[in-house]
Amino acid sequence: MPSRTLATAPLALLLSMPLHAAPDPADWDAVLDEARGQTVYWNAWAGDTRTNRYIEWVNQRMQDEHDVTVVHVKLDDTSAAVSRVLAEKSAGNREDGSIDLIWINGENFAAMKAADLLFGPFAERLPNFALTYPEHNPEVVTDFTLPTEGFEAPWGKAQITFYHDSAEIESPPRDIEALLAWAEANPGRFTYPRIPDFTGSTFLKQALIALSDADEALYAPVEESDFAAVTAPLWDYLDSLHPHLWRGGRQFPASGPEMRNLMSDGELALAFTFNPSEPAAAVADFELPATTRSYVLDGGTLGNVHFVAIPFNSPHKAGAMVVADFLLSPEAQARKQDLAMWGDRTVLDVARLDEQAQALFALDEENPAMLPADALAQTLPEPHPSWMTALQEAWRERYVRN
Amino acid sequence: MILRLAPALIVTLLVGPILAGLAMAILPAFGYLPALGGNAFSLAPWRQLFAQPGLWRSVAISLASGLVTTAVSLVVVLLFQAAATGSRLDHWIRRLVSPLLSIPHAAAAFGLAFLIAPSGLMARLVSPGLTGWERPPDLLIVQDPWGLSLMAGLIIKEIPFLLLMSLAALPQLDPQRRVAIARSLGYRPTIAWLKVVAPVLYPLIRLPVYAVIAYATSVVDVALILGPTLPPTLSVSILTWFNDPDLSRRFMASAGAVLQLGVTASALATWWCLERLVARLGRGWINRGGRQSGEQPLRLVGKGLILFAALTAFVGIGSLALNSVAGFWRFPDALPQGFTAAHWLRAVPALSRPVTSTAIIAAASTLIAVVLTLAALENEQRTGHPPAQGRLLSALGLLYLPLIVPQIAFLFGLVVVMESLGTRPQHGLVIFGHLLFVLPYVFLSLSEAYRRFDPRWSRLALTLGASRNATFWRVRLPMLTAPLLTAMAVGLAVSIGQYLPTQLLGAGRVSTVTTEAVALAAGGNRRVIGVWALVQACLPLVGFTIAIGLPRLIWSQRRGMRGVP
Repeated sequence: MPSRTLATAPLALLLSMPLHAAPDPADWDAVLDEARGQTVYWNAWAGDTRTNRYIEWVNQRMQDEHDVTVVHVKLDDTSAAVSRVLAEKSAGNREDGSIDLIWINGENFAAMKAADLLFGPFAERLPNFALTYPEHNPEVVTDFTLPTEGFEAPWGKAQITFYHDSAEIESPPRDIEALLAWAEANPGRFTYPRIPDFTGSTFLKQALIALSDADEALYAPVEESDFAAVTAPLWDYLDSLHPHLWRGGRQFPASGPEMRNLMSDGELALAFTFNPSEPAAAVADFELPATTRSYVLDGGTLGNVHFVAIPFNSPHKAGAMVVADFLLSPEAQARKQDLAMWGDRTVLDVARLDEQAQALFALDEENPAMLPADALAQTLPEPHPSWMTALQEAWRERYVRN
Repeated sequence: MILRLAPALIVTLLVGPILAGLAMAILPAFGYLPALGGNAFSLAPWRQLFAQPGLWRSVAISLASGLVTTAVSLVVVLLFQAAATGSRLDHWIRRLVSPLLSIPHAAAAFGLAFLIAPSGLMARLVSPGLTGWERPPDLLIVQDPWGLSLMAGLIIKEIPFLLLMSLAALPQLDPQRRVAIARSLGYRPTIAWLKVVAPVLYPLIRLPVYAVIAYATSVVDVALILGPTLPPTLSVSILTWFNDPDLSRRFMASAGAVLQLGVTASALATWWCLERLVARLGRGWINRGGRQSGEQPLRLVGKGLILFAALTAFVGIGSLALNSVAGFWRFPDALPQGFTAAHWLRAVPALSRPVTSTAIIAAASTLIAVVLTLAALENEQRTGHPPAQGRLLSALGLLYLPLIVPQIAFLFGLVVVMESLGTRPQHGLVIFGHLLFVLPYVFLSLSEAYRRFDPRWSRLALTLGASRNATFWRVRLPMLTAPLLTAMAVGLAVSIGQYLPTQLLGAGRVSTVTTEAVALAAGGNRRVIGVWALVQACLPLVGFTIAIGLPRLIWSQRRGMRGVP
């Protein structure tokens, strides 16, 4: 398209002239200097008022500490930000993008990295990154089996957690097989979010890990194995589960939060979330009854780390790095883990921190809706991201009506 | 003269971006998008699109919801006017039109969803007393696979729009005299209205009707809340494909956008054929000369349906308000166990920024739209060429293109165009994006009043020696204050309700109450949704209150200038 090229060429020239090279995190003082006065546009999912409040707190602290303003660009779906960076790249905007920081992980990260839409490597050179002790906690440098290679900085942890109303169910099902039996006995009281929702897709993966005996295959790209054979037990399982689900499996809630709403309305008796503190937070917000209890399936559940990344065309890379570093500080991480603020688990290796920092994480509160501290010890790693896409496609093939 | 340029300016301003945006949807649909490695034309995106499970069902639902929504809303509006003209109900509903119109689509949809869900307000009110339900029944009501709840949600919102449009067009038809003549020939009032007013009214509201068809076939936000899910409507599928992290899906999404254009066009074509059919059947009905039969049932249905629709909308909003202050509230309790201001207190600090930018964007786009509209209309008066009414293809008719072309078909392309022109997302760009949709609605609301303004007033002013400009400023404009303010209120409401243009052209950096509400809705917390939906509904209401109140204040001595009702 000649007209577009014509329009872009002089502009690209004009734009690239006054700009200097990207800041180097190795010289941290220079980064701090450059960051001063910058405004960082942080694109982050905004479906939770607690998260939003935390990001506002980060903004306050960043202004006080580093003279950096953080603007929360509220998204209903992270992939919209991926789309936006792509649109900018396709229009030749290489220096002055509209996004400085994205809350990201999994397939969104895989897609952005594959399309060269990310700035980096930077994460491993952030001063606070060392506190995650990646040599002991490989999950902070691995995103759905993909090595992050410094293109995103860890921020928090999530793990599939089931919750139920203890006034209604005394002994909830403890593994995937028991779940089927429980659903048969309690028709219409369980469901999972509609694929391709993130939480719903994770349920598929959780069931697949439990049901298949080809676990190693799941941690390599899907092309390397016989997808139909590996996933056959999963489809058998879902075929027998669906008739006993909410609405007879003809309809599914759109997302994890919508599933929580159904719990709140009493339509469901058992549900799950990716955020272990969500049930406790929902009790505090009058959404769930005080008799709500959380648990993790026997043998562990899928867990992952979520990250922040910087797009390749961010005009405020220094500011974005300073924010990413602050997010990794013990102060910010402890504040984030505090249930009164948000309740998202830290990525720091608390046991290896100095005593002063450890004290910040000492959580005294005994919330009955919270998981016991040791419950999250058994974390199953996420399969390769290609499995998620393949499972989503196959699910839609089977269960979307023509 | 600058005025002469106004129509051309309007058309370029509106048509240019839409055609450019469409071009940037059509090229990727055929495989061309160099940024993603698509350097050659191919049909692969289409093959991929047609291989999507449930695609034809999506298409069928989009098509059906467009036609059914429009047909039902139109019938309700016409029957109501036939049955209730001059009655107390008529007076009442006329007062309710503006607040009803100001409720944003998404808020109305959330309200309806909470009203009719198996665990919703209606079920709670009658349970367990009448139904014996201790827990919500496992019934598929909201998001039903046939799209019925989607259509219901759209009908509730389209009725006030079509009603306002017909109320604006009616006076020039002099309906009272027509009905009086028919009644002197022995026709009962409802039958008389349907036989002598409806046939002449329809051509005047045909354009708004087409806008409703286009909107209902391609709506995104309401379909997300009330529409079917497996598969969703075509527009919702397209949005998910555009937002898919697998960037290669962009090609298929573009093909889908082009298909959406085709679906909307077929809905319009189908409607056009239906028009012919109804005209033929209706002529037979009128010629037969029946004067009495059906009067009573028509009258009942005409009054009942609109009352039901208005009530549903208000109770839905009321239930949102209740949610926004609710403590723990479990099925089957008819009321929350406790009330709390916590949800509001938490939202208030976050309100100021979005409310300010909403107000700035809405005010700016409305002002520009009003100036352009007045310039075009004044030019029309001075040159003495009023365009044929209700015709889509007159030059200025292109003005309505943004109402007919689905947003989803050209907005993504427009973002790429704007990017390559080097414009950076900021308030200005968003205002421009809103103008695309505000301008047609302002024009639609103002043009009838302006064109039927009695020319003798201006002539009188001219004979008294006033210049044309003075006539405009000192006679025409003051006398048209009421319709002008109504048009502005409509413009504000349209701007406040925009989601996709704000989000896409503002890169998410420009946050309005609507973008905030949609982002928070993703969290599914009904109490938070209640707070933001109310804020979102209140802002346009401020506009409408001013539109109705201001003329009464200014013209407290001049009853004739206060406008309807």
